[in-house]
Amino acid sequence: MNIKLTIGQFYPGDSVIHALDARVKLAGTFFFIVSLFYADNFYGYLAAFILLSAVIVLSGVPPRLLLRGIRSILFIIVFAAVFNIFFNPGETVLLEWQFIRISYEGAITAARMVIRLALLITASSVMTLTTSPIQLTDALEYLLKPLKKIKVPTHEIAMMMTIALRFIPTLLEETDKIIKAQTARGADFVTGSIMKRAKNLIPLLVPLFVSAFRRADELAVAMDARCYRGDTGRTKMKVMKLRGRDAAAIIILAAYSVLLWLTKMA
Amino acid sequence: MILAAENLTHIYQRGTVFEKKALDGITMSVPKGAFAGVIGHTGSGKSTLIQHFNALLEPTSGKVWLDGEDLFAADKKKRKRLREKVGLVFQYPEHQLFETTVQKDIAFGPQNMGLSSDEVSRRVAEALEWVGLPKEAAQLSPFELSGGQKRRAAIAGVLAMKPEVLILDEPTAGLDPRGKNEILGQIKKMHESAGNTVILVSHGMDDVARLADIIFVMNNGRIEFSGSPAEVFREADKLAKIGLAVPQVYLLLRELIKRGADLPQNIFTAEAAAQAIKKLYEH
Repeated sequence: MNIKLTIGQFYPGDSVIHALDARVKLAGTFFFIVSLFYADNFYGYLAAFILLSAVIVLSGVPPRLLLRGIRSILFIIVFAAVFNIFFNPGETVLLEWQFIRISYEGAITAARMVIRLALLITASSVMTLTTSPIQLTDALEYLLKPLKKIKVPTHEIAMMMTIALRFIPTLLEETDKIIKAQTARGADFVTGSIMKRAKNLIPLLVPLFVSAFRRADELAVAMDARCYRGDTGRTKMKVMKLRGRDAAAIIILAAYSVLLWLTKMA
Repeated sequence: MILAAENLTHIYQRGTVFEKKALDGITMSVPKGAFAGVIGHTGSGKSTLIQHFNALLEPTSGKVWLDGEDLFAADKKKRKRLREKVGLVFQYPEHQLFETTVQKDIAFGPQNMGLSSDEVSRRVAEALEWVGLPKEAAQLSPFELSGGQKRRAAIAGVLAMKPEVLILDEPTAGLDPRGKNEILGQIKKMHESAGNTVILVSHGMDDVARLADIIFVMNNGRIEFSGSPAEVFREADKLAKIGLAVPQVYLLLRELIKRGADLPQNIFTAEAAAQAIKKLYEH
């Protein structure tokens, strides 16, 4: 019945990873994910694993939060692994029994898929856990800037994301309140057949939509009253600045990519 | 005792960085038929406390006794029956209106109790009268009503369930003084005629002082002190320390008494004070 009010996935903290410029974190995570698909041998993945572990230790995020992220895509990981093991037509056969055939190449590909997906999810979890949603949309707006040249409304997209993120906790709170108010009037949201339960949601959904529209209207008026007119001539209160630690992060990433390249050469 | 809390503690989001102790060992009891007031400033735990009274929140530890039964030891079915004894009007209750007509919306609660349709329509009519809405309003959409009328319609939705204990969380927040007095007057009138137990939650001292016969003062998730209005307001300095104001009238009378006027101190309404002062001059 109780809805946990955590804002996005953000895990507040004051580690060096939290303090990094969000643009560096976002672009760096993207780079790291691409690198996972570039690496193809054990040493490459070892390098990626060590780098990611170091970042996790520095960030101070409890590992159980990261495991939760992996658990949510466990199905996809298992599916990818099983698919690769059984359907990869490799040369070196490890095991063959009736229609089941497992090849060495298949097993290797499956292992690679599992490692890539696990590292990919963990890396993006670390980023969303250490970056507040607002910083993230700000960084996204900045990094998407080149697309403005081809008339992509990047500012509007970022503003929509910011507003949506801003209202998630508010609407969750509202939902919680309405559920409680209707439960106090004898409404039942948890038992009954699917049809009955869907019908029982009406006392929750109608007030929720009414309130969402009311809030949207109020927000629009408030923004209008403060002369909001898109990003023409708009300045930022918190200007993102690259600092020494951001430079250090970029250098570490560069070193990591050289290392990755070397593992492939060897 | 119709309602009692025993060492009630509630911790939100336990085990996370957001952990917050909202209630800290609350022990209190409300006599049957009383008009109780719960006061405390924002964040003192008032809303958390009353949500335990009809099992919307489960305590982290402690117990709630409702009409002699342990609310949280009861099984699901029994708890539902117990919950019907407690009517809870939330802050800004008009945000929960959802039906196509006011009548249907008020009928939602009684229908969920499984009452016959005759009984339901009788209760709807009765509830409309209690909150002072005209009969014609019953067929309107609740979204057509004015702000104050919406509030009344929403309160009627809870009154129609005829709860033995009626709990109102800041029922007058955001209303103008006239609407405020009307709603409080109607609640008081209903309390006097139906004899139910009322718990009024507020941060405004003046309303509580005028209506309640027992007051619980909350601060930081604890009951700071409790008693009759006269007993509670005697601690004016302590109240000020936790950010609560004593009714203006009370302060005026205290000042007058200090300067030698022969007035009683247990007066909490402007009308009664005016009468007393007038009497003083007539002597």
